[in-house]
Amino acid sequence: MTLLRLESVSRRFPVGSSILGSRKYLAAVDGVSLNVEAGQTTGIVGESGCGKSTTGRIALGLDSPDSGRVLFQGSLLPRIGSKEWRSQRRQMQLVFQDTLGALDRRMTVDALIAEPLEIHAVGDAASRRQRVWELLQAVGLGDDQHMLYPHQLSGGQRQRVVLARALAPKPSLLVCDEPVSALDVSVQAQIINLLVDLQRELGLGILFISHDLRIVRHVSDRIVVMYLGRVVEQGRADVIIDHPAHPYTQALVSAMPRLPGGFDQYVPLSGEPPSATDRPSGCPFNSRCPVAQDICRQSLPELLPLDSKREVACHRVRDR
Amino acid sequence: MPVMMPRLKTTSWMDLPTRAAAGWVLLMVVAALVAAHIAPYDITAIDLRHRLAPPVGFGGTMLHILGTDDLGRDVASRLIYSIRTSLLVAFGATAISVFVGTAIGFTAAYFGRLVEHVLLLMIDVQASLPFLIVALAMLAFLGNSLPLFVTLMGLYGWERNARLARGLAIAAGAQGYASATRQLGAHPLRVYVRHILPNSVATLLVAATVTFPEIVLVESGLSFLGLGVQPPMSSLGVMVAAGREYITRAPWMLLAPSLVIVLTAVAVSVLGDWLRDQLDPTLK
Repeated sequence: MTLLRLESVSRRFPVGSSILGSRKYLAAVDGVSLNVEAGQTTGIVGESGCGKSTTGRIALGLDSPDSGRVLFQGSLLPRIGSKEWRSQRRQMQLVFQDTLGALDRRMTVDALIAEPLEIHAVGDAASRRQRVWELLQAVGLGDDQHMLYPHQLSGGQRQRVVLARALAPKPSLLVCDEPVSALDVSVQAQIINLLVDLQRELGLGILFISHDLRIVRHVSDRIVVMYLGRVVEQGRADVIIDHPAHPYTQALVSAMPRLPGGFDQYVPLSGEPPSATDRPSGCPFNSRCPVAQDICRQSLPELLPLDSKREVACHRVRDR
Repeated sequence: MPVMMPRLKTTSWMDLPTRAAAGWVLLMVVAALVAAHIAPYDITAIDLRHRLAPPVGFGGTMLHILGTDDLGRDVASRLIYSIRTSLLVAFGATAISVFVGTAIGFTAAYFGRLVEHVLLLMIDVQASLPFLIVALAMLAFLGNSLPLFVTLMGLYGWERNARLARGLAIAAGAQGYASATRQLGAHPLRVYVRHILPNSVATLLVAATVTFPEIVLVESGLSFLGLGVQPPMSSLGVMVAAGREYITRAPWMLLAPSLVIVLTAVAVSVLGDWLRDQLDPTLK
């Protein structure tokens, strides 16, 4: 069952002054379509500034797209800030990267976890306490930590609190925006495994945003690769990682350290990604693409099915 | 998992200056509350035979502990009643100033756009007008009564508090926790009352402790000009004004109220610092 569906969603932000000089637009997200199935994980990968987080915010209804549609359980998201929008927050929750910022430092762990229950008036005080207790257990926080303040917790513990808070109202969709990027590797693994376990238990649909291909591969059923606001390749996670078709995905995958042997067939990319305010004509990747030809500089490749398992936006993909 | 920080508990919860400050403020409040019972004389009682009598220790007698003024009125009694008036005006006005300022600042931050522009314009207008002139004009038009005077004093410094509150609210909104709570589905009112306000209280409180002594001084100034607290009531400012003429012959007339103003102002700001630290869980 499709839980969340983005249909050619675009979002641009004005940059620069409207009075002095010309106002430019930064196309953060450009025609992105993707699905999140109930009980499954869709991963979004891409480098910084490729529009991953904006896509996540639009998927959650925290930002509205300039064009395109977002369907949650088959219906359009309500207007941001409206009463329906507020009550719908119960169903879709966000897990943050900056846990210290996302938690009010004046509140104890149990008050923080109880807050979403209070907001949505779930149960009475006693049942809320019970639920907070269950959530603490579920995310692996001990008995002695529930009265602490966020600054007294480690990064991993704070991420568990954020997770418990997101899970408290029993959502059906979780958007995880770089949930483990601020943590060290051993703690990353703990949190990721916790997330996977909870998903299995609760049947959550997850949209997992990360720049870390290793983690995305580990958690995702489907992967969406973004470059400069556009989807360049998407499909089944194992197919994308093991047989990347788009030159950009190939470069990303080749940069993943593997055991044994470190990097094999590393494809270095030259240069920086072009500015999103000033995108190149044709394929956005053409300036860095090792196989670019004239057609890549002239026309924008569409996202077309390559085989039954994935779609790729590349003119050259069928040539090779 | 990294090592847990033990929860530190401060053993002495108030250091010496804070205790002294708390003691002084408490003394002032008690004096104000029971003024009628502890003042040895009525504030208008005239003792012409002991005009300009010096305080005890400077050649005075126990009859008038802090001496008398030019009409032979007991300085100690007048001081106690003046503390009552001045504290009432200063606390009342500070409370109004902080409340109005915070409300306006948060409103500006929440609505943004046109509302914010209009409110910022009001703030700029207020900031560019000398308060004393505005107060004089209003007192001249509206006459004088204590409630009106307190309200008017409450307008002192609201624009600073409003700017501060707006800044704090905007900063809090930019930080994660406010938007995190909003995305949980919280009503904006809840975000403001339960999150942004408690996180701003410490700063607003310190601002209030700055506003407080200033209001004492503005009240003194207006009373000095004869537009503040009206006789037969007395305030610290009225006393300073009256003492000015006798500063060489009877300095106690001026020094006693001045000392109270200075000490109260310092004590309130020390207490404010302490309270701010107490309200910050990360400093515990």
